[in-house]
Amino acid sequence: MDFKQWTGFDKSGEWTKEIDVRGFIQRNYTPYEGDDSFLKGTTERTKKLWDKVLKLYEKERKKGVLDVDTKTPSAVNAYEAGYIDKDLEQIVGLQTDAPLKRAIMPNGGIRIVEKSCEAYGYEVDKETDYIYNNLRKTHNEGVFSVYTPDIRAARSSHLLTGLPDGYGRGRIIGDYRRVALYGVDVLIEEKKTELEILDVDEFTEKVIREREEIHDQIKALEDLKKMALRYGYDISVPAKDAKEAIQWLYFAYLAATKDQNGAAMSIGRTSTFLDIYIQRDLDNNIITEEEAQELMDHFVMKLRMIRFLRTPEYNELFSGDPVWVTESIGGMGIDGRTLVTKNSYRVLHTLINLGPAPEPNLTILWSKNLPENFKKYTAKISIKTSSIQYENDDLMRETLGDDYGIACCVSAMKIGKQMQFFGARANLAKTLLYAINGGRDEVSGKQVTPRYEPITSEYLDYDEVVAKFDQMMEYVAKIYIKALNAIHYMHDKYSYEALEMALHDKDILRTMACGIAGLSVVADSLSAIKYAKVKVIRDETGLAVDYSIEGDFPKFGNDDDRVDDIAVNIVKQFMRKLQKHITYRDSKQTLSILTITSNVVYGKATGNTPDGRRSGEPFGPGANPLHGRDTNGAVAVMNSIAKLPYEYSEDGISYTFSITPGTLGNEMDIQVKNLVNLLDGYFKQTGHHINVNVFDRALLEDAMEHPEKYPQLTIRVSGYAVNFVKLTREQQLDVINRTIHEKF
Amino acid sequence: MKGRIHSFESLGAVDGPGIRYVIFMQGCNLKCKYCQNRDTWDVNGGKEYEVSQVMDRILRYKNYIVPNGGVTISGGEPLLQARFLIELFKCLKKEGINTCIDTSGNVPLTDEIKKLIDLTDLFLLDIKCINDNVCKDLVGVSNKRELEFAKFLSDNSKKMWIRQVLVPGITDVKADLQELSKFIRTLNGVEKVELLKYHDLGKFKWKNLNLNYPLEGYRTANEDDVKRAKEIMDLK
Repeated sequence: MDFKQWTGFDKSGEWTKEIDVRGFIQRNYTPYEGDDSFLKGTTERTKKLWDKVLKLYEKERKKGVLDVDTKTPSAVNAYEAGYIDKDLEQIVGLQTDAPLKRAIMPNGGIRIVEKSCEAYGYEVDKETDYIYNNLRKTHNEGVFSVYTPDIRAARSSHLLTGLPDGYGRGRIIGDYRRVALYGVDVLIEEKKTELEILDVDEFTEKVIREREEIHDQIKALEDLKKMALRYGYDISVPAKDAKEAIQWLYFAYLAATKDQNGAAMSIGRTSTFLDIYIQRDLDNNIITEEEAQELMDHFVMKLRMIRFLRTPEYNELFSGDPVWVTESIGGMGIDGRTLVTKNSYRVLHTLINLGPAPEPNLTILWSKNLPENFKKYTAKISIKTSSIQYENDDLMRETLGDDYGIACCVSAMKIGKQMQFFGARANLAKTLLYAINGGRDEVSGKQVTPRYEPITSEYLDYDEVVAKFDQMMEYVAKIYIKALNAIHYMHDKYSYEALEMALHDKDILRTMACGIAGLSVVADSLSAIKYAKVKVIRDETGLAVDYSIEGDFPKFGNDDDRVDDIAVNIVKQFMRKLQKHITYRDSKQTLSILTITSNVVYGKATGNTPDGRRSGEPFGPGANPLHGRDTNGAVAVMNSIAKLPYEYSEDGISYTFSITPGTLGNEMDIQVKNLVNLLDGYFKQTGHHINVNVFDRALLEDAMEHPEKYPQLTIRVSGYAVNFVKLTREQQLDVINRTIHEKF
Repeated sequence: MKGRIHSFESLGAVDGPGIRYVIFMQGCNLKCKYCQNRDTWDVNGGKEYEVSQVMDRILRYKNYIVPNGGVTISGGEPLLQARFLIELFKCLKKEGINTCIDTSGNVPLTDEIKKLIDLTDLFLLDIKCINDNVCKDLVGVSNKRELEFAKFLSDNSKKMWIRQVLVPGITDVKADLQELSKFIRTLNGVEKVELLKYHDLGKFKWKNLNLNYPLEGYRTANEDDVKRAKEIMDLK
């Protein structure tokens, strides 16, 4: 292959012969070890445009949603072109024909669409409603037509929660860079070749399915071209400059968001790729630094405007309506060069130019070998905006190489070569209570699992509890995989992500991404049973409903091996149980310790636990200790969490860290250095993920009372960021009460 | 060798350079009215630890505190347990860990203390008040020994950060601050002068011990107080 758009690129290697974005990057990018002094502020155009967007935001906040197209089921090419202000926008493209107007995506489930519309005072168009209720089966309907009674029981009792059986699974990252580098026609040709490979003698179910999928992928790519044409761009050929590269890439991503209302629609690892185009234009004096920043500002503005129509329950679970436009930044190459470029700075600088925001979910891939200047810059942006998260590149590079990206919050995957079947999470705290009660629910008293022998002794015996907990985890793992197999079979069947998968290789690794909630509650409970005395309080039916603890016990989050080892062991045990089961499409089981903000909702549904946590109280988010239990300071917490084994939890281990500025140091440059030292230490200790919030408690309390003063106040919670003022009051209180490390 | 310890804090970021592992020693020889750790006074309180036990804890944090941070001993008054700290610091030196003591310096300069000073990389020296009358009233003893301690550090070219808690109406008298400034300028090795805002967030600890809080009625210090004091002392 050769294109005039590739003039000036190093064409050695394989990338001109086959789809190989990584090869292109490695041969053409310019590592940057300098500081942030080259960065530019906003242009007049950016200011005007962003101002218009902010006004739209304000209207949207008042109404809940700005507008809904209730008739047209969303698809890659379903809408006319839409603009905010055509003359100002350097990067164009909206999900529907107007800014922030939401689309309906009934392939996932028509009931959810109906409910979402109703919640905001809309009604689904009658004809559309009829079609999806009578003629076209949906993912949601598919799943419930095969769910077994045990799955239904586990689901309604909140033993398994947040399952993507009524909404788009997401967590698939298309390699959107391919569109910019090769143009769509090359990608279509590649897919046609794949079809030829699948023209085989044995026409098995697998072959037929794959042929159908690739056929749909080709159609999605054709639609993508047509969608771009509506905006006046021919993206069948490669992008010729920086502006086109960003535009092409964004069109591809935009098409994905028109195709799918996925729980997380992450964008991948794009900034260093784009830097190659920007650097070429800068070298040829085609653009200035100011214009380069403007392009990135406008690109990010568009990413901030991605919206999905979701139900209030969904928003309650995830705090607002996050999209998880996760962009992975930095990291090191396997050849030892840093993957930090000037554009890594530019994308972060949008947080200064446009102000803090939860989206895109800017994620730093941290390595001890990152350039010191970049480490300091990211720390400074964290301190100023609390809008970024960090993940351990040194840990992930070992298995994933140097062209992986983060989907959603913490899930790492090789871009274009790997996808996951998102599996929400199992409530392990409830699992423990079921172990004690023989499968009866501690709140409702109902028998949820088959009858197991309950514990009848007055005081809990550690060995007995551990044995029964093991048994119950075995049961939960079985039901869990059953449910996920059903969900992902149906998702592929009724709501296949054709556009995103068109931007993947033919043969990919699929993971079955399971998760756990309530880890620290279970660890502390078992620790209390082992090191203190825990007396059971039962109701008249013999149901254990409360516990009284005599004596003290080690608590997770204090770097105390006695309890931390218990936590480590739970993770290993549960993972091993998941691995015993056959998974859909031979996907590889993985595990995450990540709750997002659902730690509040899960806690609400879980009764008193033997660690002294009261019924209804939130769990710690992700892998965090329960708030108030850590008494040796934040670094001890980091050490406890860093012990959790990544090899058994490759889908991510999330830690949310909040600190007041004064506790981090007396002056900005000292705070920056200290934060860099903390991050270096945590990641050397093999921690996987950390959210960093730097703010005063008083600020949050004020924001609760006067939300109008803080429209852009952003905070990190378990793997992503949210607008603080969009949280429910309950979630706001949870954030404030959660350990904010402050010292006096 | 055992030491009496009140508590450990794994994240100290304002108690010396870099990230510090902070050990609060038990027992104090002063009675500062604004004390925020009232529960550290009793020399028989706290819990006893062997040097090796403390080292085990510290070494868990090596990734964070080496090379830019270190260990800071606070309290209580660390210098009351010099023998323990000498043993501990020898071990820390072997591990290449920076040592720091947060002290009032209000102890006699015995050979033991001098040996400990030798093993200490940085002192956070808390000068209670340069005006001895105020000092006696505020902390119960004269400042004579702490000023001598400061001079000794200076004569031996030890690094120090000078601190004073700014209590409005007690330690912020103009003439005293000028005097303090003059004194500091006679010292070698002063890397930093910090004016700490008096706050009452440790008040609950007095209440927990059923004690009256001695500075009831005094207001806490704010940014403006610090600014004013800095101007008086001609600090940047």
